[in-house]
Amino acid sequence: MTAPTLAIDDLRLGFRGWAGTVEVLHGISLHIAKGERVALVGESGSGKSVTARLVLGLVQELRGARFSGRMAFEGRDLGALSRREREALRGDRISMIFQDPTSSLNPVYTIDTLFHEVLRRGAPGIGAAEAREKAIAALADVAITDPERVLRSYAFQLSGGMNQRVLIAMALANNPALLLADEPGTALDVTVQAQTLALMQSLVARHGTSMLFISHNLGVVREFADRVYVIYKGRIVEQGPTEGLFEAPLHPYTRALMAAVPRITGEGIPEIDEEQTGFYDPLVAHPGYSEAELRP
Amino acid sequence: MSPVVRLLIKRIATSFIVLVGVSLLIFTIARVIPGDPARIALGPNASAEAVEALRDKLHLNDAFVVQYGYFIADLARGDLGQSLYSNRPVTQDIAAYLPATLELVFFAGATMILIGVPLGMLAARYRDRPLDHGIRLFTMLGVSAPDFVWAVILMLIFAYFLPIFPIAGRISDSFAVPPVTGFLTIDSLIAGDFAAFGNVLWHLALPAFALSFAGIGQSARLTRANMVETYRKPFIEMALAFGFPQGRIARRFAFKPSMIPSLTVIGLDLASMLGNAFLVEQIFAWPGLSRYGVAVILRKDLNAIVGTVLIISAMFLIVNIVVDLLVALINPRIRLSQRSS
Ligand SMILES: Nc1ncnc2c1ncn2[C@@H]1O[C@H](COP(=O)(O)OP(=O)(O)O)[C@@H](O)[C@H]1O
Ligand SMILES: [Mg+2]
Repeated sequence: MTAPTLAIDDLRLGFRGWAGTVEVLHGISLHIAKGERVALVGESGSGKSVTARLVLGLVQELRGARFSGRMAFEGRDLGALSRREREALRGDRISMIFQDPTSSLNPVYTIDTLFHEVLRRGAPGIGAAEAREKAIAALADVAITDPERVLRSYAFQLSGGMNQRVLIAMALANNPALLLADEPGTALDVTVQAQTLALMQSLVARHGTSMLFISHNLGVVREFADRVYVIYKGRIVEQGPTEGLFEAPLHPYTRALMAAVPRITGEGIPEIDEEQTGFYDPLVAHPGYSEAELRP
Repeated sequence: MSPVVRLLIKRIATSFIVLVGVSLLIFTIARVIPGDPARIALGPNASAEAVEALRDKLHLNDAFVVQYGYFIADLARGDLGQSLYSNRPVTQDIAAYLPATLELVFFAGATMILIGVPLGMLAARYRDRPLDHGIRLFTMLGVSAPDFVWAVILMLIFAYFLPIFPIAGRISDSFAVPPVTGFLTIDSLIAGDFAAFGNVLWHLALPAFALSFAGIGQSARLTRANMVETYRKPFIEMALAFGFPQGRIARRFAFKPSMIPSLTVIGLDLASMLGNAFLVEQIFAWPGLSRYGVAVILRKDLNAIVGTVLIISAMFLIVNIVVDLLVALINPRIRLSQRSS
């Protein structure tokens, strides 16, 4: 059996400040098999973004970050990589897209220049002309009908949906094994968000890219993910197949979450302030979906 | 018409209006300060008739508005009148003294930008690390005292106690550079005299550094602040997540957006050097516009005062226009927008 694209074991993270260390992740374990789309769901501040940033090695560069645990990418221990080797993965084997596409694109460089830089990650010596050709093809792949004009543009000249497509094209341009999507397009309006997510879904499926889909939009998660991890205050509290988890949530926190979300609109997670009884109950895995069962 | 050209025209037009305002202001002030220019020019022994005749010739007996009318009419012909101090046309005097000042300011400005901005970039990239703290110390030193204090201190240390640099002047007496532009760096190169060129740079070093030290501090601190701000932006996080090399992020992807807010202020610093140069020139006996300016103010040489101030204002405005254009060139939002700024 091939190694999972991403395997995280007992990942802990704290930030050291002048008031002592604040623990943010309390030992989470998760994995993503090849070609699998896995959702990480939780309310704001639960530790979703730091998890993705740890995978990319970005948190490690912050001063004051203390972490332990094991992360393996395609079987390679990320902790054993040198800084240079870790950086080499970014944008090439692992890529990431963010909440707000327009502010994620540098405002003083054209899409053309940025795309060239992105393609350099996969092919260091690539020239401008060749990069433009590849970029045009990649933009056509995300259903952009006038890629030449888009390449000449700056992000602020394009719509949010267009920028989201550009970012998806960039993220997939070097054919990464893993795509980290941190609440992609949350800043966009709902219809545009749905369109770009559908587009991303079909591209990811076509390329066989594994994906960590971070969201606090339960409706989107249900539609999009194969498997779900629910995270609460730095702990995974429930994991299982998407349908099973939505049909029969087992953990008190997940239940509270589902109950609180208006089913019809499927909007984002409301803050569930009160720590009702059972929120700190240990992890519940749906039958056959624990880490041990899925990862022999 | 491209937005940049439109911007340029707009800036030139507003600068012109500012110049007219400045001319009116300085024209008034020069006439309000006490003392009779004709009497000062002719000396205490001149007869009352002679003084009166000179006053007539200078239109000093006419109404203020009429005087200003004469002045504007002359100015339109590029004539700033005669200097009572040098008995030459003011334009000629300025042409003789201005290059020394501009050369000093140019080198001070270049020093400020070439040292200050990279220091700021380094401090931002290595923020909160020892290098950042070291740079902060150095830049605090620069902004902690005005230029002329640094001029005195640097002169004492590096020209007096340790005679590494010359104490005064633009060039050693042993060199003779045929004047072409008045800029000794350029003229010595035109003459092909590299020894003289080196000598000129050697003379420029201390006053230019003294004049730029505060500016180095300011531009470094400003660059650092704006870059640290930029490093927090989502597009830098994107660049990091996509593995753009750290060096290229520092030099390109974080630097360029940060320069948009920095440039305007750095441009103002540069322009203010024109004024600060007055004191530094005095300390280093630099034969620039300050020597002339101080002399003509003391003699209440009306035409020369007005001319000197106007030229300095014009330089100030030119620097500002250039900076605005640079900002427009690096900021696509301005370059591409229909309405400027
Ligand atoms: N650089 C940092 N320094 C200190 N605390 C941080 C830092 N980054 C994140 N945190 C804290 O870690 C927790 C998880 O953050 P995050 O992963 O961004 O949550 P989210 O699930 O909303 O993405 C939050 O409480 C946040 O305050
Ligand atoms: Mg987040």
